[in-house]
Amino acid sequence: MFRNLNEGQLRAKTKELRTKILKMLCEAGSGHSGGSLSSIDILTVLYNKVMNHDPKNPKYPGRDRFVLSKGHVCPALYVVLADCGYFDESHLMTLRKYGSILQGHPYMHKTPGLDVSSGSLGQGLSVAVGMALGARMDKGNQRVYCLMGDGEQQEGQIWEAAMAAGHYKLDNLCGIVDQNRLQIDGFVKDVMNIEPLADKWTAFNWNVIRCDGHDMSSIENAFAQAAAFKGKPSVIIADTVKGKGVSFMENKCNWHGVAPNKEQLETAMCELECD
Amino acid sequence: MADMVATRVAYGKALEELGGRYGDIVVMDADLSKSTMTVGFASKYPDRFVQMGIAEQDMMATAAGIATMGKKVFASTFAVFAAGRAYDQVRNSIAYGCLNVKVCATHAGLSVGEDGASHQMLEDIALMRVLPNMSVLCPADATSAGWAVEAAYGHDGPVYVRLGRAPVPVYHPEGTAFSIGGSVPMAKGGDVTIIACGMMLGPALEAVGLLADQGISAGLLDMYSIKPLDEGAVLKAAGSTGAVVTAEEHSVIGGLGGAVCELLSGRLPVPVVRVGVDDVFGESGKPAQLMVKYGLTAADIAGAALRAIGMKRDAIRPQEV
Repeated sequence: MFRNLNEGQLRAKTKELRTKILKMLCEAGSGHSGGSLSSIDILTVLYNKVMNHDPKNPKYPGRDRFVLSKGHVCPALYVVLADCGYFDESHLMTLRKYGSILQGHPYMHKTPGLDVSSGSLGQGLSVAVGMALGARMDKGNQRVYCLMGDGEQQEGQIWEAAMAAGHYKLDNLCGIVDQNRLQIDGFVKDVMNIEPLADKWTAFNWNVIRCDGHDMSSIENAFAQAAAFKGKPSVIIADTVKGKGVSFMENKCNWHGVAPNKEQLETAMCELECD
Repeated sequence: MADMVATRVAYGKALEELGGRYGDIVVMDADLSKSTMTVGFASKYPDRFVQMGIAEQDMMATAAGIATMGKKVFASTFAVFAAGRAYDQVRNSIAYGCLNVKVCATHAGLSVGEDGASHQMLEDIALMRVLPNMSVLCPADATSAGWAVEAAYGHDGPVYVRLGRAPVPVYHPEGTAFSIGGSVPMAKGGDVTIIACGMMLGPALEAVGLLADQGISAGLLDMYSIKPLDEGAVLKAAGSTGAVVTAEEHSVIGGLGGAVCELLSGRLPVPVVRVGVDDVFGESGKPAQLMVKYGLTAADIAGAALRAIGMKRDAIRPQEV
């Protein structure tokens, strides 16, 4: 555990991090709002209450690992890393800009705290499987976490990696699906249906856990269940809302890859602060 | 003639040997371990061998993950799958992060023979060479293949090692000085320089003899390091002979010939004739039959040398127009 925050403190933190995400996206003028807001609660719990990590020593070998397979929601990861102290908060407003340490998709050699680069969907779970295999070879007790999108479940490589993790019984691996039910072209069920998703993961020899991806104790509980489960990798299917917290962004696929303008930012700030 | 040994066999042997010396080597395969020859390492060091099944894309990205844990990962499959099918995984998961994954691809080129065009990889040098951070090695024989494995291990960052299926003569004695970015002079000559890699070193050596019979003195370089290229050796050869032929078991587009032309066009423009497969897919057949049909024989290289020499003599230079 990084910080022992209670549920109220966690909720306050995610509210603060949501405002930062929107401000940095507005300043950048582009980027992925919807998925950043659907995944921020999961990431906040993960980095504060679940993972072993040390911002003062970001590369220490015994740390837990995190792979942001849905790399486009890196604004959410960047605010969490800054909040943990991996780099100064002032960098947040340089997102996507020339010379920034915060690239449009995660790049491990520029951003302190990133365990790996990502961005091409479908590859992150394989990378996480490699990390879990590597940890096991050295008899280490690191745990590996990988956040995927629900649209990303359409990539065939996810299922190659799922098969390998099940085959190797990687119980030091925990996948998370941010199931916000939307992708760029519309609802996941209309673009390319992925259901029955839980059955698929079960069939690939994973332990499946469901949670409310915006409820702090539900998320925390899901991670605890995953850590306790032995003999299989676990996947948490987190029920989320794309654009969560900003009424005009919620459940709108048009907000997948769009940043708010100044007016929209102001409206969003009012909503978040009044909440 | 010395013993015939396939470069993939030398690869497997070198892995076994290195595995005993270095505890941080991990080897991966995608259900081809008996063909890529990783099977020896697998049986000696089962705890450091990862079988991925028939899933090359997954293997490459998993290799990247293992590499982030401080391991040197050798990932093997056929060249057509390593460089082609898993291209985006090699690009985004391995090369972008400059991770220690050594992609050792066997069964490259036309000499795969009977399996036909789907398995005859003729574009891999081009695909791998264009990736930032990636080094590309194409050893011609068992000695240089064994060296390439150790060099890949010692190199910090990704390396693509191109290996062949068919047995080839051993050209280089033990103790030959190889280096990443180096080359080995195989013949000295004043009229033309042949720059060859991999399977084409044998025909190129033969071509030197054919040319000598016609009174033409041809130099020959074994350019086993395609990226980084031994620029000094190429420039020196071009400067001293004024005509170059490249020979590779690869498309004439983007491979060794491409690398040599890119260098010379900007630094020392001399005629270059590229011997390779002329932008077509291969087909089933015995390797020897295919080498004849697709223009990869000693006679083809000698013919190319004559054309290059002819262009040198007849060159129309702007100042002479």
